[in-house]
Amino acid sequence: MKFITISRRDDIPRNRIVLIRILAILLSIAFAGIVIMALGYNPLAVFRQMIKGALGGKIRLQQTALKAVPLIITTMGIIVAFKMKFWNIGGEGQIMMGAMAASFVALNYSHLPKTLLLILMALASIVAGGLWAFIPAIFKAKLGTNETIFTLMLNYIAIKFVTFLQYGPWKDPTSQGYPKVPDFTAKAILPNVFGVHIGWIIAIILVIVTYIFINHTKKGYEVTVVGESVDTARYAGINIQSVIIVTMLISGGMCGLTGMIQASAIEKTLTASLSANYGFSAITTAWLSRLNAVAAFFVCICFAILLQGGASLQITMNIPAAVADMIQGIILFFVLGSEFFLQYKVGFRKRLAKEEA
Amino acid sequence: MKKSKKLLSVLLILVMMGALFLTACGGEQGGDGKDEDVTTIGFIYIGSKTDGGYTQAQHLGTTAVEDYFGEKVKILTAENIEEEKTTVKTAAVNMISEGASIIVGTSYGFMDALEECAQEYPEVTFLHFSGNKMNDTNFGNYFGAMEEPRYLSGIIAGLKTETNKLGYVAAFPYTEVLIGINAFALGAQSVNPDVEVSVVYINSWNDPANEKIAAESLLAQGCDVIAQHCDSAGPQIAAEEKGVWAVGYNLDSRDAAPGAFLTAPIWHHDKYLVPTIEKVIGGTYVPESYYGTMQDGYVDLAEMSDLVPEEAKTKVEEIAQQMKDGTFKVFSGEIKDNQGNVVVAEGESLDRAGIWQIEYLVEGVTGRDN
Repeated sequence: MKFITISRRDDIPRNRIVLIRILAILLSIAFAGIVIMALGYNPLAVFRQMIKGALGGKIRLQQTALKAVPLIITTMGIIVAFKMKFWNIGGEGQIMMGAMAASFVALNYSHLPKTLLLILMALASIVAGGLWAFIPAIFKAKLGTNETIFTLMLNYIAIKFVTFLQYGPWKDPTSQGYPKVPDFTAKAILPNVFGVHIGWIIAIILVIVTYIFINHTKKGYEVTVVGESVDTARYAGINIQSVIIVTMLISGGMCGLTGMIQASAIEKTLTASLSANYGFSAITTAWLSRLNAVAAFFVCICFAILLQGGASLQITMNIPAAVADMIQGIILFFVLGSEFFLQYKVGFRKRLAKEEA
Repeated sequence: MKKSKKLLSVLLILVMMGALFLTACGGEQGGDGKDEDVTTIGFIYIGSKTDGGYTQAQHLGTTAVEDYFGEKVKILTAENIEEEKTTVKTAAVNMISEGASIIVGTSYGFMDALEECAQEYPEVTFLHFSGNKMNDTNFGNYFGAMEEPRYLSGIIAGLKTETNKLGYVAAFPYTEVLIGINAFALGAQSVNPDVEVSVVYINSWNDPANEKIAAESLLAQGCDVIAQHCDSAGPQIAAEEKGVWAVGYNLDSRDAAPGAFLTAPIWHHDKYLVPTIEKVIGGTYVPESYYGTMQDGYVDLAEMSDLVPEEAKTKVEEIAQQMKDGTFKVFSGEIKDNQGNVVVAEGESLDRAGIWQIEYLVEGVTGRDN
């Protein structure tokens, strides 16, 4: 006997959707507050500090922006793949390979003029990230392999490969044995615009491009159709294999570009920890935005506020970093949980039986 | 439908009021702790303040600063900060935005991030432990002659071992670490020429699980004294489980493995931090590359436990006295590396600059990756 039944719903009015989402956020804040209180802190002070830590003042705004940029670009890459229901869990690896290729250019062609060098680095990162995504794409297209596992595993290969470079062939000979890749020269570093590296402009452009690509181009439409139903796509004469491969080149390319931006503007070298979980966080932000590029832009900013606000908590209020992570977790749990209730109706057997009668 | 719309608007108003309330309260605190008489100091740690090793030793220095200056300083700390530029810079910048005018970074890998911050925030003073970069205005570094107490701990290990095999859990094959391994080996060889030192690199400063696993692999090879250049007490605990002995590092950690603990080369960070921070506050600080010795009391050997043989205690006290008098040089020739090349000639000895060019292991030492 099943006591709880779950059924799909597709008839929710728009304001009801908004209501459920707001409720989820309020509930998560209330619940996080209770947990914070149980740990012996004043929840109001904690939330206030989180907001202040992320948005209060120029320095903090810059820090928030620096976290939002890689998240936004990676999220765009993930959205394109998810639109096709190609579960690209490989953002981390694509970021690393992009960073690796950009570093190769930066370290070996530093005699080139700055603009040319930066453009070459960006192109190299897009190609490398795209190729890293192309591998699971071609296997999926030709052999029908499971892309979730495939892309996930490729992450570890990419990270370990960069670790190998860092400890071996690319190790800085002047570092007295400390395993690090040499720093980039000044020419290989992205310029700042209004106090934040130029990546924020690239991020905004990519949001617009992704939005137009998905909603207003033939190729973007094909991506959506393949995602909705492979059979329909085949019936409509869409070349499915080509759509899968092109989409993944775009998806991996954008993730790879994130790697170039992080290597050039932030780390100023290549490190194995450079992807900093952006590839995984982007999966969350992509879902939260329901694969809408413009919504994702704002979701990513909110997420960056959570990251930066959380990082400031332990410094200003002496709260362990783990508490900040927990607050983020609670908020995500409720917000993602609410998506379930938006899509499914949960009923109890008794009531349903009555309705049937 | 109508009902839910009403509820929705009520909720929206509540949210907006909440947001207003939060920002309003934020405004009251607008001063950001920039009180003229109070200096805010930020400490950035790689590990946890209670890690029983490296970071805890650093934090002891921090609490000493807090005790010494009392109301005149406000201490901010950030723990578990990875050696990754974004993370380090975020921590430093968050501290600066809270009014910090001194930032102390306590791990080697924080160096590049601190260097960038020093350029971007010229009004803030940056002190970096174990690094080798500095500038003329607001960025200095500090470290100590850890080779001295390392050598002393080697004497103890050399006399304690029964298998003549010493194990050493090390972070990276990097100069700072190599200096410590070599000093330990030279100390052990000075009292026991047959002794061999096996080194395992874990390629991390701070990885408690791997530190212990590496120690276990050394114990399995027959090593019966484990020394370490890593952050946790894991290797000491592994030695205790095996019923043999351990030399700690960073701080007196005898409580972590009382059945194994012989001694530990330790830091007294307060000896540097208190006078230096006093200078920064007083406006007389000039960036330097501080190198504290046994003589200064900045590095030291923890009190030897009852497991240390009497013979070793006498020998250690004798050499320690010479170090404090400034007459004992750890790297005195003739020293060969483990390839057989003479690296320090007979009758010569290395000074600080010479020591910090070491990129070899001395004779009798073998190193491998974990």
